[in-house]
Amino acid sequence: MRRPPKDTLESNRIVTRRALVMGAAQLGLMGALGLRMQSMQIEHADEFRLLAEENRINVRLLPPDRGLIFDINGVPLAVNEQNYRIVMVREDAGDIEEVLGRLTKLVDLPDEVVARAIEEINRRSPFVPVTIVDRVSWEDIAKVTVNAPALPGIIADVGLSRHYPQGADTAHVVGYVGPVSDYDLSRIDDQDPLLQIPKFQIGKTGVENKLEQTLRGSAGTRRIEVNALGRVMRELDRIEGQSGADVQLTLDMKLQSYVEARLEGESAAAVVMDLENGDLRAIGSAPTFDPNLFVRGISVADWRGLNEDIYRPLSAKSVQGTYPPGSTFKMITALAALEAGVLTPEETIYCRGFTEVSGTRFHCWRSSGHGNVNLHESLKQSCDCYYYELGLRTGIENIAAMARKMGLGLRHDIPMSAVASGLAPDRVWKREVRGEEWRIGDTVNASIGQGYVLASPLQLAVMTARLATGRSITPRLVHSINGIEQPSGAGESMDVNENFLRRIRQSMFDVNNHSRGTAYGSRIVVDEARMAGKTGTSQVRRITPEERARGVTSNSDLPWERRDHALWVNFAPFDNPRYAVAVIVEHGGGGSTAAAPIGRDITLQALYDGEPPLSAYPSNVRGRIAEQQERIRNRVVAGQTTNTRA
Amino acid sequence: MSYLEYNARYVPVGFRKLLYLNWPVIILLTAVSGAGFLMLYSVAGGSATPWMEPQIKRFGLGMALMLTIAMVPIWFWRNMAALAYIVSFLLLIAVEFFGSTGMGAQRWIDLGFMRLQPSELMKVGMVMLLAAYYDWLPLKKASHPFWVLIPLFIIVLPTLLVLSQPDLGTAILLVAGGGAVMFMAGVHWAYFATVIAAVIGTVVAVFESRGTAWQLLQDYQYRRIDTFLDPSNDPLGAGYHITQAKIALGSGGWTGRGFMQGTQSRLNFLPEKHTDFIFTTLAEEFGFIGAFALLSLYALIVLFCVISAINNKDRFASLLTLGVAMTFFLYFAVNMSMVMGLAPVVGVPLPLVSYGGSAMLVLLIAFGLVQSAHVHRPR
Repeated sequence: MRRPPKDTLESNRIVTRRALVMGAAQLGLMGALGLRMQSMQIEHADEFRLLAEENRINVRLLPPDRGLIFDINGVPLAVNEQNYRIVMVREDAGDIEEVLGRLTKLVDLPDEVVARAIEEINRRSPFVPVTIVDRVSWEDIAKVTVNAPALPGIIADVGLSRHYPQGADTAHVVGYVGPVSDYDLSRIDDQDPLLQIPKFQIGKTGVENKLEQTLRGSAGTRRIEVNALGRVMRELDRIEGQSGADVQLTLDMKLQSYVEARLEGESAAAVVMDLENGDLRAIGSAPTFDPNLFVRGISVADWRGLNEDIYRPLSAKSVQGTYPPGSTFKMITALAALEAGVLTPEETIYCRGFTEVSGTRFHCWRSSGHGNVNLHESLKQSCDCYYYELGLRTGIENIAAMARKMGLGLRHDIPMSAVASGLAPDRVWKREVRGEEWRIGDTVNASIGQGYVLASPLQLAVMTARLATGRSITPRLVHSINGIEQPSGAGESMDVNENFLRRIRQSMFDVNNHSRGTAYGSRIVVDEARMAGKTGTSQVRRITPEERARGVTSNSDLPWERRDHALWVNFAPFDNPRYAVAVIVEHGGGGSTAAAPIGRDITLQALYDGEPPLSAYPSNVRGRIAEQQERIRNRVVAGQTTNTRA
Repeated sequence: MSYLEYNARYVPVGFRKLLYLNWPVIILLTAVSGAGFLMLYSVAGGSATPWMEPQIKRFGLGMALMLTIAMVPIWFWRNMAALAYIVSFLLLIAVEFFGSTGMGAQRWIDLGFMRLQPSELMKVGMVMLLAAYYDWLPLKKASHPFWVLIPLFIIVLPTLLVLSQPDLGTAILLVAGGGAVMFMAGVHWAYFATVIAAVIGTVVAVFESRGTAWQLLQDYQYRRIDTFLDPSNDPLGAGYHITQAKIALGSGGWTGRGFMQGTQSRLNFLPEKHTDFIFTTLAEEFGFIGAFALLSLYALIVLFCVISAINNKDRFASLLTLGVAMTFFLYFAVNMSMVMGLAPVVGVPLPLVSYGGSAMLVLLIAFGLVQSAHVHRPR
């Protein structure tokens, strides 16, 4: 069949026309493609290049070395210890169960550790190193290294981890570090990318926590090229970070250790302050705990043990605990009265065993009364009635103002956790906080450091330091950061009549050195080391009239938690004061029997910079002291790895 | 139109036919394939295996097939058109029942030495049958509704099979390729206007039906559409492919990052970097200049085919040439649009460059037919 030529011509015409239309359409589309290329590759090339670089380059943080913490003599309190661990890379291992089986023959690994490791290894990408076991001994690492050919994919790795060589002795001051938690991140406003590193260690308590920014340092970065799966192809460059600053504390580890040792067995706290510059030489709180447990991840049993102990080992009672200061507050009341001009030092007030104020009887500790007492006798014998009268004369506002001047009722700025502000109560406080009006009985109670008055051992040490020097000494815990000394706490001379202060100091001297002083039993018999102090016994309960009538006032008859707190403050040597000491024994009973001996021992230890000779003690106690010294010498401290007293 | 129409005296015979081949097209095809080999070498990290070497072998085989087919007179192929279509169609049905599953779709039959995708064969078979149909059909009947219905069936039947695999990309190519042949054959404009209107209606229906019991597409296809419309809303999930492809392409700049220096492909950020997304590697490593050069090569291939078709007075030959050119155009246009974020990711390879046996062989066979049409054109 032959098509008519006309038809063929017509067909060719149509095909040509339509083909040209189609070709034009195709050209248009290709033009669009070309324009798109031009737009993406030329106009927006920089943006896409940037995105490609972001894809390709991963910035890994290099955690800085955490700053070290030393005592005043350079004894290490917190260090970074090399920590060996065994790591496995799945893709190099081949049969992981087989390799792990061989590993367990060399190194003793619990089954659950192996099971957890297998789970973790299978969950991660094959090239990600997974830690099988942490804190491995050097011997085990050596075995693994020697047998490396039989253990493909197993790597002996070394990292740094925090260690506290002084163990329990510095737990409350230095604190401890732990892995950053979601709670930490929600609580602190800190943009540091280091915190995003899983298990990055940050300070949780104490100096570690308060000086976190100083100790942490800044992250270095490592730019690495990664592929789409995150595998590292190569390192492009590396910027080293800045190590954390080293911190030198004012603590004297030898003394600190002694204080902890001396407090052991009690629920107690003691603070030793250097009168020259406010340096805190020892901040003890007992019982204590091993901070290294927390760094490793504390077991539930250990945690429960620490948390449920009624002696509250986790609490730093030295700065966190607040107690009614009891008779140790009497210097404040006396000074306030003298400064207010309502009292002369020689003036006597009659004590008949109690004082009646608007129908309520306020008792003196000695129910038979002290008779006529002047300032000197009132402090020496700790007469309560004398101070009730002073309180009524002086008024609470003057007393509270003097308390604050002496460093009570306000928070001292030292880098420890939850430093308490205590309380120097006045009318405004009671109205605003309690919603009640101030009553005259409150003043009477406050004048002997009871009622609403609260102070921490740290504050009592500051008070004693200010009384001893007449300067507004402030406590200092950080001596220097990276070798740069921090401002001294020496303080300016206070606007207080030096004559009055001298009277009070003399009375405090007799508290300790006069045969009728309340702390005569805890005196020091070396003339250059004699101390001046004040006992305190603060009630934690009200003695009801019925109880008083029955005569059940003896502490030993009461359950522990209802017994009185025993307090003691002193400074020494009297002639040339160097140290202020404050001691509290929770529910310890009388200040003269429970707290003063501790204060004396600590003072002697500080003055002699080590174990004092027995000749410093009155002859009747030397036998007991010798035994005590022997016991302390042989003491074992939880978590301590270096013996600073050797 | 039968062979009687040819003036046989003017048709070259024997090896003289080699001189009458459309050489520019052969050179262009070789150039494009060569670019493909280079890219396959690059994405393999500078290695001939696993992709470049088999691809070269297939190219050699394909070239041999092309030349063989070119030697056979075009009227023979016209007579084979119906057979080619029927065989392709049966294979498409076979793949429904015996096909292997890959990437969630039943697409190929394993022949042992290669995986055959009948849907690729169908692209050629359908173009051949349509060209033969319009060659047979008197011109004035071309726009008659009844005679329009027949080619519609020829297009729709295999398309439905392909869609059921499911393979949206090939289905689009089949419909567009077939439609182009009908258009070129002179079917009235109004039909195409109607179809385009219907397509728009369907698109609306597809979106409207989403989430209902009678939804028209698979979930993954909807996700691909979502991704296309806004790749940034799921950069690590479904949008990953297109986002990374655009980054690779865009980061090429004017001159590219250099051969084998493309970080996106070398570090495996690119998906399917040796198949559907190979163009992004080329664009990343050779920049705008390289990408535009490849586009130009493609354009020249289409141009030479169109010129050959216009100059060919045989209706079957010119329709076939135009149909093949159109199919080829659709391949690279859809692929490039897809990787440049202008079209949804529908799984269309870059012709002759992407790694893959069926597509390359079938394309070279199709160009064999184009060559045969060129060699045996009436003079």
